[in-house]
Amino acid sequence: MTGLTPKLAVKKLDFYYGHFHALKNINLDIYEGKVTAFIGPSGCGKSTLLRTFNRMYGLYPKQRAEGEINMNGRNLLDSDVDLNMLRAKVGMVFQKPTPFPMSIYDNIAFGVKLYENLSKPDMDDRVEWALQKAALWNEAKDKLKQSGLGLSGGQQQRLCIARAVAVKPEVLLLDEPTSALDPISTAHIEELVHELKQDYTIAIVTHNMQQAARVSDYTAYMYLGELIEVGQTDGIFTTPQKKATEDYITGKFG
Amino acid sequence: MNLYFRRRLVNTLSLTLSLAAMAFGLFWLLWILYTLLKNGLGGLSLSLFTQSTPAPGSPGGLANAILGSLTMAGAGTLIGTPIGILAGTYLAEFGERGWLAPATRFINDILLSAPSIVIGLFIYEAYVRHVGHFSGWAGALALSLLVIPVVVRTTENMLKLVPNTMREAAYALGAPQWKMVLSISLRAAKAGVLTGVLLAVARILGETAPLLFTALNNQFYSNMNQPMANLPVVIFQYAMSPYEDWHALAWAGSLLIGVFVLGLNIVARALVRNPSQH
Repeated sequence: MTGLTPKLAVKKLDFYYGHFHALKNINLDIYEGKVTAFIGPSGCGKSTLLRTFNRMYGLYPKQRAEGEINMNGRNLLDSDVDLNMLRAKVGMVFQKPTPFPMSIYDNIAFGVKLYENLSKPDMDDRVEWALQKAALWNEAKDKLKQSGLGLSGGQQQRLCIARAVAVKPEVLLLDEPTSALDPISTAHIEELVHELKQDYTIAIVTHNMQQAARVSDYTAYMYLGELIEVGQTDGIFTTPQKKATEDYITGKFG
Repeated sequence: MNLYFRRRLVNTLSLTLSLAAMAFGLFWLLWILYTLLKNGLGGLSLSLFTQSTPAPGSPGGLANAILGSLTMAGAGTLIGTPIGILAGTYLAEFGERGWLAPATRFINDILLSAPSIVIGLFIYEAYVRHVGHFSGWAGALALSLLVIPVVVRTTENMLKLVPNTMREAAYALGAPQWKMVLSISLRAAKAGVLTGVLLAVARILGETAPLLFTALNNQFYSNMNQPMANLPVVIFQYAMSPYEDWHALAWAGSLLIGVFVLGLNIVARALVRNPSQH
């Protein structure tokens, strides 16, 4: 238990969709260099929580969050936080692969060009580096100029991970990144999460409890907008402290 | 079982009715095409494309009218398209809050269904009377007013088809909104937007009414500051005349417009069905 620093410190977080109270008094630390998994039945608020970390909810006028999410000594929820800069630091990968309608190379260069002015050779290096990180380089190196939409579903999702990694964020949010993929692609992505945690803090939402057990260091169980239990993954899966967590994990419910 | 047979009966009945309706529509369309081909093919010749509209009884072609139509449709499209795409983009991407977008959308719908002769009269009152004479520019302006609502509508609809997850993905990388709209939404909707422009061109190529009070007609080649010949008005005047050879030219002109518009529609259709993104 040494060297644990919270990268994101969530304090008294409440979230509303209009009048609906979707997250209730969430308190939680997400540790630097660790993988934290969020599990729970559909509608429990785990994706909602993830979307507060990069304030993605801000795109929709009726959604609002109250409380604190501290990162690098700042509350992300402050109204004067520069959202674009925040999102460059907190990358996100979505449930469905969302390659942009452009070449594989441009898919990755798009985000990089927003904040860095790289020369052509430097950009080439960055694209290769990101694709290596996402374990897609070998499959994609000969078709960098082809459309990202021509890749298979699993490759597209790895392209999205490469795209997120390429801008060198500090935190990576994965919102059910494998739910639309076959088992082999899923295994690829899980290996990737292991690799990526060397350099990034990762928060992953998943419906798949085995996946949470396989990839994460910490697991948080959520239910009906509340954080029921959070702790080291081994502990949560072997000796859960709360009855509700045990019921969900053992499949009695959910 | 009774219910099952009734369902089958209803199915057969509605299928028959839809087929009959389709056949009815297609019948007239084919008849129009047949008439155009029968009467127009005879008038097709090289001189149609090289010589100007003649006086009755002398040989000639439609070259000035073809050129005039293309010039004015081209200018009208060039004026109307940027406005239409920008406005459509505003409606789809920026207009979620407030009253401006719904109001604009409503007015655009009115403009979309406005009789084109009203547009012609408007340009006559607003432009031609102040300049003092008919001109190609006036015609192009009137046509651009017909282009705008079509392009606004298709641009908005096509942008609305771009999945929101794509937008979120761009925002998630830290892209500002203008960058997201320009590089992601519009790029994803490119084929559809282009289709809208083609459909608008197809629409204005055959418009007569807005040109009657604006470009009028001209027996010769002209520049945009003079009254300008164009196919629809030439067809109108020649078809109304008592001269056989003018009738033949009118038919040939009709065939040209018909084929051109048909071609544009086919290209537009192909673009939508086979967008470059697949």
